[in-house]
Amino acid sequence: MTIKLYDIAHSRAGDKGNTLTLSLIPYTAEDYPLLCAQVTAEAVKQHLAEIVSGEITRYELPNLPALQFVCQQALTGGVTTSLTMDTHGKSLSYALLEMCIQS
Amino acid sequence: MKPSIRIGCGAGFSGDRLEPALVLVQQGELAYLVLECLAERTIALAQKRKRQDATLGYDPLLERRIETLLPHLLEKKVRLITNMGAANPLAAAQKIVDIAQRLSLSVTVAAVTGDDVFSLISGSETALETSKPLSDSGPLVSANAYMGIDAILPALATDADIIITGRVADPSLFLAPLVHAFGWSLEDFDQLGQGTVVGHLLECAGQLTGGYFADPGRKDVPDMAHLGHPFADVSADGTAIFGKVAGTGGVLSLATAKEQLLYEVMDPSRYITPDVVADFTQVRLTATGPNQVRASGARGQARPDTLKVSVGYEAGFIGEGEISYAGSNALNRAKLAGAIIQERLQDRFSDLRIDYIGSTSVHRTNFGHFPDPYEIRLRVAGKAQTAQQAALVGEEVEALYTNGPAGGGGARKYIHELVGIVSTLINRNQLTPQVTLFHA
Repeated sequence: MTIKLYDIAHSRAGDKGNTLTLSLIPYTAEDYPLLCAQVTAEAVKQHLAEIVSGEITRYELPNLPALQFVCQQALTGGVTTSLTMDTHGKSLSYALLEMCIQS
Repeated sequence: MKPSIRIGCGAGFSGDRLEPALVLVQQGELAYLVLECLAERTIALAQKRKRQDATLGYDPLLERRIETLLPHLLEKKVRLITNMGAANPLAAAQKIVDIAQRLSLSVTVAAVTGDDVFSLISGSETALETSKPLSDSGPLVSANAYMGIDAILPALATDADIIITGRVADPSLFLAPLVHAFGWSLEDFDQLGQGTVVGHLLECAGQLTGGYFADPGRKDVPDMAHLGHPFADVSADGTAIFGKVAGTGGVLSLATAKEQLLYEVMDPSRYITPDVVADFTQVRLTATGPNQVRASGARGQARPDTLKVSVGYEAGFIGEGEISYAGSNALNRAKLAGAIIQERLQDRFSDLRIDYIGSTSVHRTNFGHFPDPYEIRLRVAGKAQTAQQAALVGEEVEALYTNGPAGGGGARKYIHELVGIVSTLINRNQLTPQVTLFHA
């Protein structure tokens, strides 16, 4: 069955210069292996192709559990000089949660 | 030595709400209140204000915050640590003294300076973001180094009721009182790593207690109108229990703590501050009661020899214009308007952006699976060297009334001055942190 990440996880976006950080936190720890298996850095890069132009690195935090994605060149120049509406990219947590996976 | 000390965070950014800090001071039984009010760009804007008037350059809300809090801070014997000094901690300290005198209160304020390294920067240093010299970005207006606890600790050693700083790393505002209270060694990096996690979880205030979290039906947060800000009871070993004042709104849960733990973190195993390179990967979060979460297990490695410097530069102006279309074919009429503006302005603006608010303006895409909206707002933004040129964007959008598609309404136009930020590194021994005391 196809589900949205929104159905099983939550996220918060953060920014540093032109770099975007996205956490991905499953509501229940049982879904963490599913996220690890399918929400790879490559899959997120593909999903966010129109938003992130640089590299995406994934960090695993099994203790929480959660995943953290660090996306380079994601904020069209960064918070201070970007012409975009959401210069911080704060709303992009919900762009990640639009991604679909197989449950 | 006390078994634990309680630190509250009453503001997580310059524009944060005033009331939650007052609730924390009045009812939170705090030892320390921290107000974190200085974002990356805030200090560059403050430097520009200071240049126009040497008595300004501190946080614009400082007066309102201090007037509200000062009597209660003194009555409850809560020490305040804040970076509201921004570009001018000395003027900020004087302002606090003036307010105290007006209120017939006696107060000692310690101003921490030394972060302003503008005179040490030539412009030829390499910007971390662009790998080019700093001055290639534009005329430089400010350079402030992120100082650490070593700059704050001498101020805590005085009898100051209020410690006011310029640029220091946000977690250091919280780590400093812990080191001061517990006498932690500046070489005990695991301990400093754990204290840094405490600071990181608190530094955005309401973001730990349900702010920036609510999603109706999915992540519900009660009584958000009265959202309480957090405090932490920190033990001598660095273990912390986070909570909020009973009766305030919001929620503090494992979910809110996880979101905040990872907020703005690049490599979770190497969270670099001026005090320590903290490792968040072994952090254990445990729910210990209603609105109560315990954090332990962070580690750390030796602090870096260099400090990050935020460098502000003049980046020209941005002009914006907006106009709305609604009803049948609204998106196509807005797109026609956007195409018209593009053609009218493209020769005069090298950097022009056209967005469709209600469709693709925020994420730059709608992933192709959302229907056309009933109403849509065209937004045009362009960068210019002068305010006069930037104004052309809004003027052309407004002129769509009689020179554009049918049914446009609600046109607005704006001009903003842009201050950009780039970063570089400086050797920490080039800085000389200083403490200056003010009395009222």
